[in-house]
Amino acid sequence: MDMPVPSPSILARKDRIVARLRAVLPADAVIHDPQEVLAYECDALSAYRCPPLVAVLPRTTAEVSAVLRICHEEGVPVVPRGAGTSLAGGALPTADSVILGVARMTEVLEVSFPDRFIRVQTGRTNLAVTAAVEDEGFFYAPDPSSQLACAIAGNIAMNSGGAHCLKYGVTTNNLLGVTMVMMDGRVVEVGGPWMDAPGLDLLGLICGSEGQLGVVTEATLRILPKPEGALPVLIGFDSSEVAGACVSDIIKAGVLPVAIEFMDGPCIKACEAFAQAGYPDCEALLIVEVEGAEEEIRHQLHLIMDIARRHNPVDLREAADADQAKRIWLGRKSAFGAMGQINDYMCLDGTIPVSSLPYVLRRIGELSRDFGLEVANVFHAGDGNMHPLILYNANTPGDQEKCEELGAEILKLCVEVGGCLTGEHGVGIEKRDLMEVQYGPLDLEAQLRVKDVFDPRWLLNPAKVFPLHVTASRRAG
Amino acid sequence: MTAQLIPRDEAELSEMIRATHGPLAVRGGGTRGRAPQGPAISTTALTGITLYEPGALTLVVAAGTPVAEIEATLAAEGQRLAFEVPDLRGVLVRAGTSTIGGVVAENASGPRRVAVGAARDFCLGVRFVDGRGDVVRNGGRVMKNVTGYDLVKLMSGSRGQLGVLTEVALKVLPRPEIELTLALSGLSVDQAVAAMSAALGSPFEVTGAAHLPGQGTFLRIEGFEGSVAYRAGRLRAVLAPWGEAREVPSAWAAIRDVAPLGGRQGDLWRISTRPSLAAGLIARIGADEVMLDWGGALIWVLTPQGTDLRAKLGDFSGHATCLRGTPPDPVPPESPHLAELTKGLRQAFDPRGIFA
Repeated sequence: MDMPVPSPSILARKDRIVARLRAVLPADAVIHDPQEVLAYECDALSAYRCPPLVAVLPRTTAEVSAVLRICHEEGVPVVPRGAGTSLAGGALPTADSVILGVARMTEVLEVSFPDRFIRVQTGRTNLAVTAAVEDEGFFYAPDPSSQLACAIAGNIAMNSGGAHCLKYGVTTNNLLGVTMVMMDGRVVEVGGPWMDAPGLDLLGLICGSEGQLGVVTEATLRILPKPEGALPVLIGFDSSEVAGACVSDIIKAGVLPVAIEFMDGPCIKACEAFAQAGYPDCEALLIVEVEGAEEEIRHQLHLIMDIARRHNPVDLREAADADQAKRIWLGRKSAFGAMGQINDYMCLDGTIPVSSLPYVLRRIGELSRDFGLEVANVFHAGDGNMHPLILYNANTPGDQEKCEELGAEILKLCVEVGGCLTGEHGVGIEKRDLMEVQYGPLDLEAQLRVKDVFDPRWLLNPAKVFPLHVTASRRAG
Repeated sequence: MTAQLIPRDEAELSEMIRATHGPLAVRGGGTRGRAPQGPAISTTALTGITLYEPGALTLVVAAGTPVAEIEATLAAEGQRLAFEVPDLRGVLVRAGTSTIGGVVAENASGPRRVAVGAARDFCLGVRFVDGRGDVVRNGGRVMKNVTGYDLVKLMSGSRGQLGVLTEVALKVLPRPEIELTLALSGLSVDQAVAAMSAALGSPFEVTGAAHLPGQGTFLRIEGFEGSVAYRAGRLRAVLAPWGEAREVPSAWAAIRDVAPLGGRQGDLWRISTRPSLAAGLIARIGADEVMLDWGGALIWVLTPQGTDLRAKLGDFSGHATCLRGTPPDPVPPESPHLAELTKGLRQAFDPRGIFA
């Protein structure tokens, strides 16, 4: 993975930059000791590491503004960081960059239940947002699987999704407003606790821009009333193709489950060995969850089971109570842990049209054989967001490279069938070099021009999202 | 009749943009948004459904396709555009045929917006021709996509300022088995907003919450028959402090189309704000011709011609736009920093200033 060569001039100015940052921040908020900055050398894509020049941990929007003004004047690249849980390398530093971490900005600023919103500092974790409103029966809907640890800042940067977005949408559908600091230190308010923009939808543009347009320090988020209850049904099939057809039929029937999760044979076996959830030994497994009151849940589950029966399932289990529901989810929720115990793995998140599911699974099987690496599939089937897990051994020389090559082939396949490279993890560095597979030169140029407007000197997270050769002339300026 | 360019396809549209020196107004069916002045470029010849997969809830369609045609196609499969496209021809005194490109460009969203999201939330992908004449693609046809910047959102609601939409991909949703409307009567704006907030804050999935002074406060629930009956019962209990909620015939088409304020003289404004501020704002402007949608987050106001509503509102949490009338500035001024970003984006997409 190529990263830009660090600027010798910036490295030579480290003492001055640190002194300037210390002048505007409390002493404990500027981390510059070479040992201490190692804590910021990578995010959850831990195969790539590079300690930053300095890491700063401001507590207020004003402090963030002061930091960015200094970095702008010094011409230092800035890499914004939420909780460091990015799977795409979104928070990977370069040696000449300042890591701007919002982890200490965790305050709740305002809650309104009548107006159904919460305003928080963006270092607050996803789950802590829900924790702040759940006593009144509300929750924050987007639920990435890292929700215990991941920060709202990173959720906004990557436009994070989760298992329940078939019904509730992703971050951008639940974000009402932001306070954002521009690279030159200016503070802008975009949107607020109302439902639309009077002018251009800059909020929609900022959400998912991977920390390249500004640093979002505060966010106004929509909160929703918690459903009365939720229960899943588990359906096993002897072929992925049939499972895919069943998903399509459920959606067509007018039932809108909150989640439709899919696991394939290798994944089922690994999860079963790891968690002993009692899953059937079969080729494809669906977990379909619906919400509502007891009666409503039963009605929807019966509709779903009627549809499933028409596809000759090998197993069909309706959760009778919360305990059985937990058991059904147990295997799925431990999928990543199960895989991690067997092997190192790389998790992709390409999205495909649901109708292409059988073809894509068959092709992934073929590619897996060609490359000699096992692939287990677990994903959000309702919206086509795949999570193929490629198993490899990091200690075998050449295995990681082979794994990345296979990953690239799978993502190209997703694009080929009309899908995309990433459904919820973001591009970061991981999929940066595949952007030209998805987009033509003019499509990319339009995006680069947007960054030119927000960050003309290309100092904010500059080595991410776009292939380096495409951005070289801009970054040099 | 002003001059109008009507390209037959995207390639011709691109050539026309390259060849023009502008200014050009981008025009769909001309049924919503501000009426274009001067020469226009029309998308009405770019029509047709490119792809419709009911099992994937996905529709890809050319920008000039009439909304009515799309709705008929979806209805045949028991599906719909869930954000509920308003038909503003009556209230804006327009003729013409609404196009899907115009709906997306205006981010036009009806009562169900409060529950399921706006047009922009259902827009999965766009193709457009920018001010250089370049064809740009963004997003795609899948429901989850974070590949690069979200220009789909930027183009949704951009009102022809950045480019001409040629194709949009939309998420569609199943049409529910039944719809039921409950109404409360005799409430003040303050009471109505409190009742609507209680309903929208309940788990009973209210998909419409509107208040028409003098006519009632309306709440909608939709879904499978048994579920709707159950939720209607529970919702009645939630609403009990504000009186007895009666089941009434559907009022949603009229609310969606702002029909109660149609057919009368005056300027039409929409105010977007926090519901809890609605009563105070209405008192401040002294208007009596109002209606509230989105649980009070959207206030429609009919004012005497030439009223500077923004001056009356003063500073508040939200914004006001004039849809019919001739105020000096129909769209509210942005803060200086935002105005600079908007100007920068317009220059980036339309460096020659073609799009009026």
